Amino acid sequence: MINQLIQAVEQSDLRSDLPAFAIGDTVTVHVRIIEGGKQRIQPYQGVVIARRGRGIGETFTVRRIVNNEGVERIFPLHSPKIAKVEVVRSGHVRRAKLYYLRDRVGKARRVKERKRVVTAKGAAAAPAEATA
Amino acid sequence: MVAALLGKKIGMTRVYTADGVIVPVTVIQAGPCAVLQVKRSGGADGYDAVQLGYEDVKPHRSTLPMIGHAAAAGTGPKRFIREIRLASAPEAAPGDVWTVERFEEAGVRFVDVVATTKGRGFAGHMKRHGFGGQPASHGTERKHRSSGGIGAHAPRGLGQSVKKGKRMAGHMGHVRRTSRNQQLVRVDKDRHLLLVRGSVPGPNGGYVLVRQAKTRH
Repeated sequence: MINQLIQAVEQSDLRSDLPAFAIGDTVTVHVRIIEGGKQRIQPYQGVVIARRGRGIGETFTVRRIVNNEGVERIFPLHSPKIAKVEVVRSGHVRRAKLYYLRDRVGKARRVKERKRVVTAKGAAAAPAEATA
Repeated sequence: MVAALLGKKIGMTRVYTADGVIVPVTVIQAGPCAVLQVKRSGGADGYDAVQLGYEDVKPHRSTLPMIGHAAAAGTGPKRFIREIRLASAPEAAPGDVWTVERFEEAGVRFVDVVATTKGRGFAGHMKRHGFGGQPASHGTERKHRSSGGIGAHAPRGLGQSVKKGKRMAGHMGHVRRTSRNQQLVRVDKDRHLLLVRGSVPGPNGGYVLVRQAKTRH
């Protein structure tokens, strides 16, 4: 149980502008980078293999392959450094943590695409079903 | 203006700066505090100070002397009462209410937090003083957390004794400690909150005194 006052403090820093995405989705994270007073935005695309924490401390891990080398970046979900998150593709997975992808090589790395089912709740509700 | 308040440690969380840097903070609910008594160097007490009271306590859980003392300032009895020593004559009057706005108006950037640390009970020397203990193996038997030698000190040639002040196991924690020069990150006037960078002594829900830092401004 989190104290209500602490929740109230966190509330102002929480972001609600990011789209809902789930484990297994391929996302592009647009990261703000400040270099010598100038700001530029760097995209980082990969598969979301984990989400952990809650509230202001929630983070997600994005895995991608760079030069045949696996790279994982952990982003704080509510960080102002994240300019934008785009869901490129939603994946069909049966785990909350996709650490098994680390041991996969080549084609086995792929995550099966989930066909979006339009439910009564609407498309936005679909990612939540995958995690449930 | 003197910026000092009594309050309660709520717990820790984190906030972001505009650059996206995560700052760990302790949330302290400070004030509103009633000024219960004002002491002046020209008066009977002979020194300058302000006595603050925080958090109402039901009169039947207080004592008549405390109720009378608070009534002199026109308030009900308070649970947590502390005195703030001042360098010059206080501008406050009994019955004034101090809130976190004082920290804003005084432009405070760093604070000292005074509180009672968590009690650890009877703690061994490894926990209490950070000693290393004995080896895990190589023939060590039942002495893994022992301190080792405590010295060969013999006063005036005769007898045996251990030097006074030798660091050993004993009661740890539950003492008043001041955590100094902590950055004041944010002030929330609506909820009477102070966000202080880093950790502060004591358990969540413990009473604390927050004042403008004495050595850093």
